[in-house]
Amino acid sequence: MKVLVAVKRVIDYNIKVRVKSDQSGVDLTNVKMAMNPFCEIAVEEAVRLKEKGVADEVIVVSIGPKVAQEQIRTAMALGADRGILVETDEPLESLAIAKLLAKVVEVEQPDLVILGKQSIDADNNQTGQMLGTLAGMSQGTFASEINVGENCVEVTREIDGGLQTLSLNLPAIITTDLRLNEPRYASLPNIMKAKRKPLDVKTPADFGVNVISGLKTLLVESPQERSAGVLVGSVGELVEKLKNEAKVI
Amino acid sequence: MSILVIAEHDNGSLKDETLNTVTAAVQIGGNVDLLLAGENCNAVAEQAAKISGVNRVLVADHSVYAHQLAENISLLVTELAADYSHVLAPATTNGKNFMPRVAATLDVSQISEITAVVSVDTFKRPIYAGNAIATVQSMDKVKVITVRATGFDAAACDGSATIESLDKVTDAGLSSFVKEELAQSDRPGLTSAKVIISGGRGMGNSSNFNLLEQVADKLGAAVGASRAAVDAGYAPNDMQVGQTGKIVAPDLYIAVGISGAIQHLAGMKDSKVIVAINKDEEAPIFQVADFGLVDDLFDAVPELAHSL
Ligand SMILES: Cc1cc2nc3c(=O)[nH]c(=O)nc-3n(C[C@H](O)[C@H](O)[C@H](O)COP(=O)(O)OP(=O)(O)OC[C@H]3O[C@@H](n4cnc5c(N)ncnc54)[C@H](O)[C@@H]3O)c2cc1C
Ligand SMILES: Nc1ncnc2c1ncn2[C@@H]1O[C@H](COP(=O)(O)O)[C@@H](O)[C@H]1O
Repeated sequence: MKVLVAVKRVIDYNIKVRVKSDQSGVDLTNVKMAMNPFCEIAVEEAVRLKEKGVADEVIVVSIGPKVAQEQIRTAMALGADRGILVETDEPLESLAIAKLLAKVVEVEQPDLVILGKQSIDADNNQTGQMLGTLAGMSQGTFASEINVGENCVEVTREIDGGLQTLSLNLPAIITTDLRLNEPRYASLPNIMKAKRKPLDVKTPADFGVNVISGLKTLLVESPQERSAGVLVGSVGELVEKLKNEAKVI
Repeated sequence: MSILVIAEHDNGSLKDETLNTVTAAVQIGGNVDLLLAGENCNAVAEQAAKISGVNRVLVADHSVYAHQLAENISLLVTELAADYSHVLAPATTNGKNFMPRVAATLDVSQISEITAVVSVDTFKRPIYAGNAIATVQSMDKVKVITVRATGFDAAACDGSATIESLDKVTDAGLSSFVKEELAQSDRPGLTSAKVIISGGRGMGNSSNFNLLEQVADKLGAAVGASRAAVDAGYAPNDMQVGQTGKIVAPDLYIAVGISGAIQHLAGMKDSKVIVAINKDEEAPIFQVADFGLVDDLFDAVPELAHSL
């Protein structure tokens, strides 16, 4: 079977962003960028399916600026076979991303599409579900385990109350949660090999997708900062302060 | 203007997040209807009818809705959405699961996890793990929104809405339910608890979580965990607090053996009072803690349980 993985270029997860002084957005100049951590988990899962002989081709797609090729190469170094970049310098909303991905799905006809559950910059948690509808597919979001069967895939999902297992008809959409797997590191020889793997570059116009959004960001502010409180010297002092000062117990 | 709120429930009882979502709807203004989709959920309908601010409770009671399958629920909500200016659902794993499908079918954007209503079309939402707050305006014909419960007070329950049953049955036939393993606990849920005590990697193993349970027993608290504790198998996934787990804002949050990574802070920094117990005085958690105790948790936590 064919597996398509969508990866997003985002700020490195260790970095705490700063809001620009004109409140138009966050400052991303000279900030370290990386593959969204949930997308790494998606790539890892696809590569494992290939190693198990379940998948025979893993295609990775990203939508973003030219430099997003870095993340596609990383995915190929981890084991993806080929890449597609839909190049655009516009920051797109999830709906536009999902529409573009739906076009890629139409062309590639994958049996399984794996996405991250959430991008750590926009914190949207939308794209996979939107793609599910647009491509007419079932979905298993927040997956912590997947088992591919004949015409279906069983997905265990992390939900608020615990775990839920669903059976999805193929083709299906999966979005990854943290416990699905632990992504590997790319080896140097594989990084070199990835440079020679095919990478197709397209534009939104090639797919005839209207990427205009109904949303406008008016303002981006810093959150109210909490200031550090006091250190207490003992458990007794802590309990006393919680009772008499903070009055929360 | 009229607003459709999707109720969160387990067929037996209404979940608290529904009440916060109704408050967000009331702040937007206009007529508020509540959709209750489930199976054998009459008791929930009775509860829902009491929520203040709700005009009608629309009940879709059928086996295709029993497990909240996203494909089926989203079809139902999409059909109803034509009559509304806004569709709101709690930003629970369930709301997050079906709402983007509704938005995409309606060809509109979704505004995820709003924490404030600025006007009928403008909302605030945290981005970058809560390190920035965006104010977004929607020009879409229907505004599809998920609501972060901690941003809004719970609606009161002294109303008397009418209950109407819907005979729509939307079955996409794309997926089916296999099984569920739900946590059984007598403790309050993380998202509604007034007090939470959470453990991190410093707890060392799962049986040490009992130390937290002892404090929780005394305080009527819920028990939470960091991602590292969940990954290590010390605690189940539904206990994870953080950017990609549960967002909580109790009156008192006690972080034990948790370093305070941005992803963890994103889930608890709106708590009223934060206590940190950590043996490393450099741990970033102390920068947000109202009261910090630099100590070995294996000494401090048993003593805390004892002195309450
Ligand atoms: C995509 C992504 C999403 C994430 N989402 C989340 C999320 O939702 N929630 C979350 O929590 N994390 C999340 N993380 C992980 C986060 O970055 C941190 O790795 C995690 O929060 C660390 O957990 P911890 O504080 O328990 O562990 P550590 O950082 O290892 O800290 C353990 C602490 O325990 C202290 N300690 C050890 N022994 C003792 C003792 N005997 N007594 C007292 N103190 C002791 C240590 O001093 C240390 O400060 C996410 C990461 C990524 C990449
Ligand atoms: N620009 C993009 N290019 C490729 N995939 C994306 C892009 N944006 C989002 N995705 C996918 O959708 C997932 C969820 O993102 P979001 O809905 O933005 O939280 C990500 O983990 C990716 O798998």
